[in-house]
Amino acid sequence: MRIAMTYTRLRVEERMLIDAFEDLGADVTPIDLRTVVFNPTSLGEWAQYDAVFDRSLSLTNTLTSIRILESLGVRCINPLHAIETCADKLATTLAFIRAGVPTPEVRVAVDSDSGLDAIEQLGYPCVLKPTVGSWGRLVSRINDRDAAESILEHREVLGSVNHSVVYAQEHINKPDRDIRVFVVGGNAIAAIERRSEHWLTNTARGAVAAGMEVTPELADLSTRAVASVGADIAAVDLLECPSRGLLVNEINHSMEFRNSTTTTGVDIHRVVAQHTLDIAQAHASQAAGDGDIHPVQRACDASIDGEGAGSSGTPEREGVLA
Amino acid sequence: MSTATITATCPECDATVNFDRAPLNGEIARCTDCSAELEVINTDPITLELAPEVEEDWGE
Repeated sequence: MRIAMTYTRLRVEERMLIDAFEDLGADVTPIDLRTVVFNPTSLGEWAQYDAVFDRSLSLTNTLTSIRILESLGVRCINPLHAIETCADKLATTLAFIRAGVPTPEVRVAVDSDSGLDAIEQLGYPCVLKPTVGSWGRLVSRINDRDAAESILEHREVLGSVNHSVVYAQEHINKPDRDIRVFVVGGNAIAAIERRSEHWLTNTARGAVAAGMEVTPELADLSTRAVASVGADIAAVDLLECPSRGLLVNEINHSMEFRNSTTTTGVDIHRVVAQHTLDIAQAHASQAAGDGDIHPVQRACDASIDGEGAGSSGTPEREGVLA
Repeated sequence: MSTATITATCPECDATVNFDRAPLNGEIARCTDCSAELEVINTDPITLELAPEVEEDWGE
């Protein structure tokens, strides 16, 4: 199998993944997205890969590349829809609600005045989050009306247009930890707790991680949550609510795990690499069954030749070419 | 027995930065002298520059 691993910065995780792919006998090519020119009508060099594994640190670069590659018929990991859903907290919440996955209550508004009403509907304290963001950036706990008015005014004046969306989340009075479960191919393979005396429990904000057992309840909730967003590989963050039990807070489509292999005893990078290869193999086999033409090459040829839908392509490809 | 050493120069403090294997473009390293976070921008010869600050769309 030939895997392209796209990235913008090579962190420890990407090095671990490259090693894992090589250990498993795969041909992995790291590709710095900053060096690439995409032609949305032609795969070019991308035709040689069985799958593309995205590890870009930049969400913008991820979305740009995966939109193009997936539209050309490349099997991307994660799929575009999963990335778009996980990257947006509102989209994630909606996916959870549709799937019946328990999650903290939210209120959403698109104006500061109605935003204040949204916050007051939830009551104090509550949590204000940018709909797009990671590592706990600009996540604020609002303890009273004065703070709410102040934060909303700051966002209105200083924030980008994206910050005009007020996504207010119920504050969960959790113990001094949250829980992260790593889900690969529909299996909950490992879990950690992230402990901090600060109400934010992101490891990027100083929380300390330790391995914990994947209980049946954690496995069930996490796999259901990941299924609801359609991700192949993801990390699920859960909160323990004193009255309602486990709630799924969010899902990370490009998880970090450098400190979680030793704390959990699970070679997360190896499991991820193996699952990526399984997906690539299945995609290639499906394509072979479709006419012994590499799926990527067929999509590429069809795009170049101007062939439309109605050929023997999969529905996904037909949609692209129509 | 000798071990080949792969090194580069820290652009911040001029110290020698050691790699345990050949780095790739875009790889992040840290200078053990000044703690600067560095990015490999060329591999032949290995050239480092200060890694960029976290940007708004970076994350998991």
